[in-house]
Amino acid sequence: MSNSYFQRDRDWHPPALTPTYKTSVLRSPRHALLSLPTTLSEETGPVFGHDILGPLDNDLIRNFAKDGAEAIGQRIVVYGRVLDETNRPVPGALVEFWQANAGGRYRHKKESYLAALDPNFGGCGRAITDAEGRYEFRTVKPGAYPWPNGVNDWRPAHIHFSVFGNAFAQRLITQMYFEGDPMIWQCPIVMTIPDRAAVERLVAGLDRNATIPMDSLAYKFDIVLRGRRSTLFENRPEGN
Amino acid sequence: MVQRLDYLKESPSQTAGPYVHIGTNPNWVEITGVWKEDLGLVLVGPETQGERILIEGIVTDGAGAPVRDALIEIWQADAEGLHNSPAETRGRFDPNFVGWARQPVAEADGSFRFETVRPGQVPYPDGRMQAPHITVWIVARGINTGLHTRLYFADEAEANAKDPLLLRIPEPARRETLVARRSERDGMPVFTFDIRIQGANETVFLDM
Repeated sequence: MSNSYFQRDRDWHPPALTPTYKTSVLRSPRHALLSLPTTLSEETGPVFGHDILGPLDNDLIRNFAKDGAEAIGQRIVVYGRVLDETNRPVPGALVEFWQANAGGRYRHKKESYLAALDPNFGGCGRAITDAEGRYEFRTVKPGAYPWPNGVNDWRPAHIHFSVFGNAFAQRLITQMYFEGDPMIWQCPIVMTIPDRAAVERLVAGLDRNATIPMDSLAYKFDIVLRGRRSTLFENRPEGN
Repeated sequence: MVQRLDYLKESPSQTAGPYVHIGTNPNWVEITGVWKEDLGLVLVGPETQGERILIEGIVTDGAGAPVRDALIEIWQADAEGLHNSPAETRGRFDPNFVGWARQPVAEADGSFRFETVRPGQVPYPDGRMQAPHITVWIVARGINTGLHTRLYFADEAEANAKDPLLLRIPEPARRETLVARRSERDGMPVFTFDIRIQGANETVFLDM
C-alpha cells in the first residue's frame, strides 16, 4: 500500500450519468465502480521521451500551415504546470491538446458545423513537461460552436487536454476554458461537474504579464494529477 | 481553526468528446504532416520476448449499439511481469516492449484489435500474486470520466481463482465480464474482450 495513489474524489469529478448531457445516458455504467487500492499495474505508466517531439509540435499556428502561412485567429500562448495533489511538479508528462479553429470548426471527418475550415489550421499539438512540470504552446483562440444536444446548445471556447503522468492511475482527459466567458456556465458538458469550485479549476486565467507584446495574449492553465501516498512510518517491505 | 493541509484537488475530468482523435491520432483523421506517426500503434516487434497473442473485442452502449467513436488504451507488464516504467523497481523490463498502446475503435462496428504478448504476473500490495491482466481504459463522447477496467485470460483459471481483484467481485457472472474468452486463429491465441458500458452483462469498471 505504501506507494498507492490517493483515491479519486468521485464527487469532484462529473458522475457518469448526467442526463442534461444526453449522450451520457447510454454511455454510463449502472453498477457501482469496484474500488481498490492501486497496484503496480496502476502505479506504473508509459514514458514518452522528448525525442518524439518535432519543433512545431507545440505551435498550432504553424504546425499544419502551408509554407510561410499561419492559422487565422486571436493569437494566444497557453502555458502552465502539471502538478500532483501534493503540489509537486510532474516532470516528463506528455500533454496532448486539440481544439476547433477560430471559427469553432474542427478538422474532422464527422464535423458538420458550417463555419469555415482554415486551410492552415490542423488543431492538434503536444508537449512534454520539463523538470519543473512546465509546458507551453502557441495557438489561436478556438471559437464557440453549436452542437446537437438541446436544440440550441453551444460549447464555450475550449481546448481539450490529455495528460499522462508518471502512473496510469494519473491518466486524465479534461478541457480548458477561458476566463470571463459567460458561456462556460450555460454549457451542459461543463455542468456535468457538480461543484462550481471544480469547474473554476478548468478556467485558464488571462495573464497580462506573460503576453508577448504586439503578438499574443497568454493564458495560464495548471493541471493537477492524482497524488501519491508517502507515509514515513509505513511498513515498506521494498524499502523507501 | 486548524492548520491547512497543502493538498491540491485533482483537475476534474471532462469528456474526450467526438473529436478526441484529432489530439491522439491525427493521422487517422487525415491531419497529416503535424507528426509522422500516431503514438501507440504497435506493441510487439521481432525482438519482443513472450507469447504473441491477439486481443479483440467491441465496445457497446446501454442499447447494445457499438460505440463507434471510442478510443481505447491498454497498459501491461511484459512477459516476466515487469513494467517499462521508472516506477518499476523489481527488475529490468524487456527493452523491446513498451507495454502501452492505443487505438480508435473501427467506425463500422466499434471493434478493436491489439497484437501483444501475454503479460507475466504482478504482485498485489500485500504480496499475493495477481493473475496476468491488462489495464484497459476507454474514453469517448458521452463518457465523462475515462472508464478503467481489466482484461484477464480465460486460460489462466488457476491464477484467476486466486486473483485479489477478481475475488472482490462477489457475483460470478460479473467476474466473468473481465475474463477474455480464448480461441485460436492460425496457431495464435485470440482473446475476445467485449466491453459493455451499460446494461446486460455490464463490464465491471474500476476505481483504483
